[in-house]
Amino acid sequence: MRYNVSLPWWAYAVMGLGLAVFIALVGLSIRRNHGIKRSLFSAPYTMWMILFTILPCILIAYYAFTDTAGNFTLDNFRTFWDSNSEMKKLVGEEYAASIPRGTVNVDTLVYSLWMAFLCTVISLLLGYPAALFMADRQMKLGASIVVLFVIPMWMNFLLRTIAWMSLLEDNGLINMMLKAMGFKSVRLMYNSGAVLLGMVYNYLPFMVFPIYTSLSKQNPSLHEAAADLGCSPMRTLTKVTMPLSLPGVISGITMVFMPSVTTFFIPRVLGGGNTMMFGDLIESKFLTEGNWNGGSALSLIMMLLILISLSILRKADPNGEGSGIV
Amino acid sequence: MSRISRFFKRFYLGIILVFLYVPIIVLIVQSFNAGKSRAKWEGFSFHWYQELFRSASIMNALQVTITVAVIAMIVSTILGTLAAIGIYSMKKRQQSIMMTLTNLPNTMPDIVTGISLMLLFIFTKVDRGYFTMLLAHITFDTPYVILSVMPKLKQMNKHTYEAALDLGATPGYALLHVLIPECRQGIVTGAMLAFTLSLDDFTISYFTTSPLVQNLSTLIYSATRRGIEPTLNALSALMFIALLVLLLIVNRRTKESD
Repeated sequence: MRYNVSLPWWAYAVMGLGLAVFIALVGLSIRRNHGIKRSLFSAPYTMWMILFTILPCILIAYYAFTDTAGNFTLDNFRTFWDSNSEMKKLVGEEYAASIPRGTVNVDTLVYSLWMAFLCTVISLLLGYPAALFMADRQMKLGASIVVLFVIPMWMNFLLRTIAWMSLLEDNGLINMMLKAMGFKSVRLMYNSGAVLLGMVYNYLPFMVFPIYTSLSKQNPSLHEAAADLGCSPMRTLTKVTMPLSLPGVISGITMVFMPSVTTFFIPRVLGGGNTMMFGDLIESKFLTEGNWNGGSALSLIMMLLILISLSILRKADPNGEGSGIV
Repeated sequence: MSRISRFFKRFYLGIILVFLYVPIIVLIVQSFNAGKSRAKWEGFSFHWYQELFRSASIMNALQVTITVAVIAMIVSTILGTLAAIGIYSMKKRQQSIMMTLTNLPNTMPDIVTGISLMLLFIFTKVDRGYFTMLLAHITFDTPYVILSVMPKLKQMNKHTYEAALDLGATPGYALLHVLIPECRQGIVTGAMLAFTLSLDDFTISYFTTSPLVQNLSTLIYSATRRGIEPTLNALSALMFIALLVLLLIVNRRTKESD
C-alpha cells in the first residue's frame, strides 16, 4: 500500500500557521479569562470547514465560470443548454442556424428529476404504511423492528445493488423461476424500471425512519381524544395522525429525493448505459472527458436545484422537526 | 384491534422486509457456490473464502478501508466534540451560523462533496491518494459527530457546570469531569456513526483517491466493469456477519447499562 503524502511546501506552511494562530488564541484567552474560553474549542473545526467545505464550493463556482485558460466565461452554461453550441462556434454564424439545439444535457436533467420523483412517490406509498404499522403501539413490535430495517443498510450499497443483477439477469433467478413455471423469460435489466427498482430498494429505509420517528413521538392521548370526540379510526388517521407526521414525511422526501437525483452507480449497474442520469453525466464530464469547467457548471446547476427544492421543503417544515434520522 | 387487521399489518411489514433482505440472502448463498456462475448452483464450498484471503488487492483495500475509517473516526470525534462544546457556548447568532454551516455538507449531495474536494486537491496540486481520502472522510464525518453531541449538551442542566466551578473546579477539570461525561452517549453515537459512514462510503472516496489506493467500495466499483468476482460476495457476507455481531454486542451492552 502506498501512503502518498506529497504536499507542496506552502500547504505545510498554511497548516503550521493555522496551528500557531490557534495556540496563540487559546493562550491569549487563558491569560485574559483565567481559563480557556470555551467558544474557542470550535476554532479547529471552523478552520477545517473553511478549508474543506467552503473553499471547495467556491472552487466549483470558479471552475464553472471560467474556461480552461482561467478567463471568465458563460460558455459552460451555454453548453448545458445547447450541447452543440461549441460546434456552432466552430462552423461560424452562417451554418450555425442549420444545426439544431443539442438537448442531451437538459434531457438528462429532466429524466433524472422524473426518475427521482417517481422513486420518492413509490417510496412514500410503500414506506408510509410500513412506518405506520411499525409505530402502532398495539402491534407490540418494539425497537427490534427498527433494527430489522437498519441491518440491510449495513451491507455495502454497491454489493446490494449488484445482488439485484443476479436476480434480474436474463439467466437470473427470476427468469429461471419463470422458465421453470413454463413462462417465457423476460428482459428485466437495462431499462428504467430496473433503475427505479434499485433506487427504491436503496432509499426506502430513508423514507421509513423519519416518518417512524415522528409517528412514534406522537402522544397517544391525542388519538384517544379524537376517538372520544367521535372520530372514526380512519378519520383519526387522516385528520390527526397524518398531519402531525408531516415533518417526518418532508424529511423522508428530502432524504430520498436528493440521493436519487444524484446517483450514478445504480443507473450504471442496472441501467447498463441505456439510462443516463444527471449524476452519471457529471461523473463522465469530470473523469472521462476531464472537462472540469463543464462538469463544475453541471454540479453548480444541480446544487442550485437542490437548494431551491430544500428551501421549498423547509417552508413546509419551518421548525425542522423532522430532521432527526433515527 | 381485530385479528385480520393485525395479520394484514404483519403481512405488509413482512413483505417489505422480504424485499429488503432477498438480495442480501442471495448474495450470501452465492458466496458458498462452488462455481463462478451467478445463476447455477454447483455445490457448497468455501472456495471463494479461501480465494478471498489470498487476493492481495482485496486485502489491501480492506486495510485501507479499516484504517481510514478508524483514523477518520478518532479525528472527527475529537474535532466534532470540541466543536460542539464550542458552538454550545457561543452566542445565539453565532451558534445559528455555525449550525447552518454544519448542516451544509448533509444537504449537499455526495457527488458534489466529492467533486468539490477533488477540485480542491487538483487546484492545490496535491496528489490524490490515501491522505486525501482520509481528509475527505474526516470532513464528512465531523458534522455527524457534532449533530449527535449537540442535543446531549442542550439536554444537560446548565447549572451543573457552573456548580462545578463554584465548588472550585478549574474550567479544564470541569470540562473533563462534568461536560464530557454528560455527553458521553452522544460522543459514542457520533463516533459509531462516523465509523459506519466512512466504512460504507463510495462516492466521496471515488473522487478523492487515485486508482492506486482503493478502498473496498471503489474496488467493487472497478470490479463491476469486469464482472463481479464471487470473492467479493464472500467478503460482503463476512462483513455483514461481523457488523451483525458488533450490533448485537452494542445492543446487549446498552441494555445492561440501562
